[in-house]
Amino acid sequence: MLSPRELCKSKVRAMSPQTVLKISKISKSFGATQALNAVDFELRTGEIHALAGENGAGKSTLMNIIDGIHQPDSGDIYIHGKKVNISSPAEAQQMGIGFVHQEIALCPDITVAENIFMAQTNASKSILMNYSDLHTKAREVFAQLSPIDPGTLVKNLSISNQQLVEIAKALTLDCRILILDEPTAALTETEAQVLFRIMKNLTANGISIIYISHRMVEIFENCDRVSVFRDGQHIVTNDVADITPDDVVNSMVGRVIDNLYPPKQSDAEVTGEVILKVDNFCEASRFRNVSFNVNRGEILGMAGLIGAGRSEIAKGICGLEGEAVTGDLSLEDQPMEIRNYQDSIANGMVYLSEDRKGDGVFLDLSIAANISALSVEQVSTNLGIVDNAREASQALTLGERLNLKYGHINHPVSSLSGGNQQKVAIAKMLSVNPKVIFLDEPTRGVDVGAKSEIHKILRDLARDGVGIIVISSELPELIGLCDRVMVIRDGIISGEVDGDQMTEENIMHLASIAQTEALASTRPEQYKTGTPL
Amino acid sequence: MARLKRIASMRETGLIVIIAILFIVMSFASPYFLTWVNMRAMTMAFAVEGIVVVGMTILLISGGIDLSVGSVVTFAMVLAGWLFLNGVDPWTASAITIVACAGVGGAMGWCVTRIGLHHFIVSLAFMVIARGACLLITQGRPLGLYTLPAEFKFIGQGAIGPVPFVIILFVVLVIVFDFMLRRTTIFRKVFYTGSNEKAAAYSGIRTKKVVFLSTVLCSTLCGIAGVIYMARFASAPPHFGLGMELNVIAAAVIGGASLNGGVGTILGAILGAVLLSVVTSSLALLDVSVYWQDIIRGSILLAAVSFDHMLNKKKA
Repeated sequence: MLSPRELCKSKVRAMSPQTVLKISKISKSFGATQALNAVDFELRTGEIHALAGENGAGKSTLMNIIDGIHQPDSGDIYIHGKKVNISSPAEAQQMGIGFVHQEIALCPDITVAENIFMAQTNASKSILMNYSDLHTKAREVFAQLSPIDPGTLVKNLSISNQQLVEIAKALTLDCRILILDEPTAALTETEAQVLFRIMKNLTANGISIIYISHRMVEIFENCDRVSVFRDGQHIVTNDVADITPDDVVNSMVGRVIDNLYPPKQSDAEVTGEVILKVDNFCEASRFRNVSFNVNRGEILGMAGLIGAGRSEIAKGICGLEGEAVTGDLSLEDQPMEIRNYQDSIANGMVYLSEDRKGDGVFLDLSIAANISALSVEQVSTNLGIVDNAREASQALTLGERLNLKYGHINHPVSSLSGGNQQKVAIAKMLSVNPKVIFLDEPTRGVDVGAKSEIHKILRDLARDGVGIIVISSELPELIGLCDRVMVIRDGIISGEVDGDQMTEENIMHLASIAQTEALASTRPEQYKTGTPL
Repeated sequence: MARLKRIASMRETGLIVIIAILFIVMSFASPYFLTWVNMRAMTMAFAVEGIVVVGMTILLISGGIDLSVGSVVTFAMVLAGWLFLNGVDPWTASAITIVACAGVGGAMGWCVTRIGLHHFIVSLAFMVIARGACLLITQGRPLGLYTLPAEFKFIGQGAIGPVPFVIILFVVLVIVFDFMLRRTTIFRKVFYTGSNEKAAAYSGIRTKKVVFLSTVLCSTLCGIAGVIYMARFASAPPHFGLGMELNVIAAAVIGGASLNGGVGTILGAILGAVLLSVVTSSLALLDVSVYWQDIIRGSILLAAVSFDHMLNKKKA
């Protein structure tokens, strides 16, 4: 028998030489909430280690402790077998830890190069900026990532390229451990593939990556190991080769989720009745000749790369894109004219925005006031006075229908988790009994449990006869949820798939491959002749 | 119980407690404090400005700000006075003036919603322009309006029983606006717009219209305040109301309004104005030098805002 102390020593000795980071029995609580409870974690050199878990499982807290943002209540951190104390992000940087946060935190109005070398510029003793040096160095960094011009202003970059700038920023600090918090949440599949290729190159150079994601496909295609967290505890760590996505999901939620997606429309439910008919929608530069039907009882998916014009089309139909949009619409065989979003709401057509915190909810207003925002007149007297009781009962009814979890109906929306905030945004749509709902990325940044609930809600709505159009950058979601998917490429509908034809390959082909051809052949000519695109 | 707890945690309750404590302390510290004359003077000091506070609070909630209030109030005094001196009946002059002030608000609202400029810059420009207009109309000299008819002067100087008419007018306005802001759909839209303009637009609210009308309302209330001031002083000095905007914004912010929009109540803002007025009056009664007063009022503002910020941080 070994004494505990000897056991401890032998563990250190047994720690394989390739372990770069070891977390031992870390606990952390915030007030009454135990965010982490004696968590162990180990990261090997050159591996991509996925962290999975629902929102609030403790992943972010653990990463914040590794990055020195929070201090653990108890437990130890070892880097290369040496016990360390990380008291600030600056110290974490010195130890070779780079953290790319989910939210992009760059200065939009200065150049890429200046953003990347912000820390070095800050530490520099020289009075003048040496821009040419900065640009040369930035080019060196991007040589291994992607060809981005260091002189571009960050605000002119796409979200995916901004993400790469964040990664470049971490790399210039000579980091050996790179933490990526849901880097693909705002990326399309192709952009995500580029990121994974870059990640693999980095690991080949001996960098270890901790990768936080909700997407099982990504984890299983790109990571070496996966650790699952639940309720502040470390549940299991496995090689991805040894387990299945179902295993991971089940240990994340602590219960068996039989079906990730609700059953699709059955043949009996196909009515062939058209709810919404969109005919020849055009907007000067962003989309053209968009025509499609939404049938009663079905969920229609809208796929496409970021910038293809999916959101613009949905907003254009709902009158959110101004006057330049042309085309004909009819709802339940009645032609309608939509000049602005007020017209759209009056006709029963609503749009759920993709940016929940930015423009989906009012964070500091109450849950009840959020839900009534679309039509506060509905819960008011004829004299225009809000009836608090009616407003509350509307919120309670819709909250129950969507299984919303909240403290009190008068608490601000900021007190809710991401998934529940999204349910509030959906409840807001439902408050006007819409006939057609456009949902833009309805499950972005939402945990697995809430995601599956939202899918079920959408299916129930479709079954009740509401026309549902879902825009998503997550192909498995579109394929799992929708009855039919139309693909947008470069502002036009490039194709439509249903039934067995709904595969990631088919959708990706329609969304991207033809685009490169178009880029190669048609565009330069159009530029020459000056024809507007 | 929950209701009681909610009331206890409200901003207004905290302010009332602080004001009550000040009252108790002051009534021991100075024999003149709790006298009818002092109370009346204190209330008169913020009653008219309180009307401007109402407008400013609504504008702050919508996400805007108005630095021109002091100038516009003076512009109203001067314009109404000038019209009267040129033979216009004072009631008609007042009506024209209030419409003109609404027009100033409309011009500012237009710059903000149509050109897309920031409220701060637009109202800064109009603060200077309106002041310039006052100087232009008066040629830099105060207008003497002793000839105003008594029924008109009643608005500013009269009393019903022991209570000055100004105070009655002010209390009625505050009650009406406080109720409207809390309960009517129109003002609910002001909260939605100020809380998150994009989310409001995605909820089908015409946010530009809301911002425009809030701006017009604030300037209109300035016009009303200006007319009352004219009736009260029977004079229109072009240099009146310098620095009023800062007092008014301070009162609204102490009362819980946020410069980020979406938060605030009329009652809170008025209590903020009361607190500032009580402090000013107390300092005078305690023989504290006038020169100290601004320093102390500024410190109160800073303390109130810091307290708020720390409280919010703790909650999050």
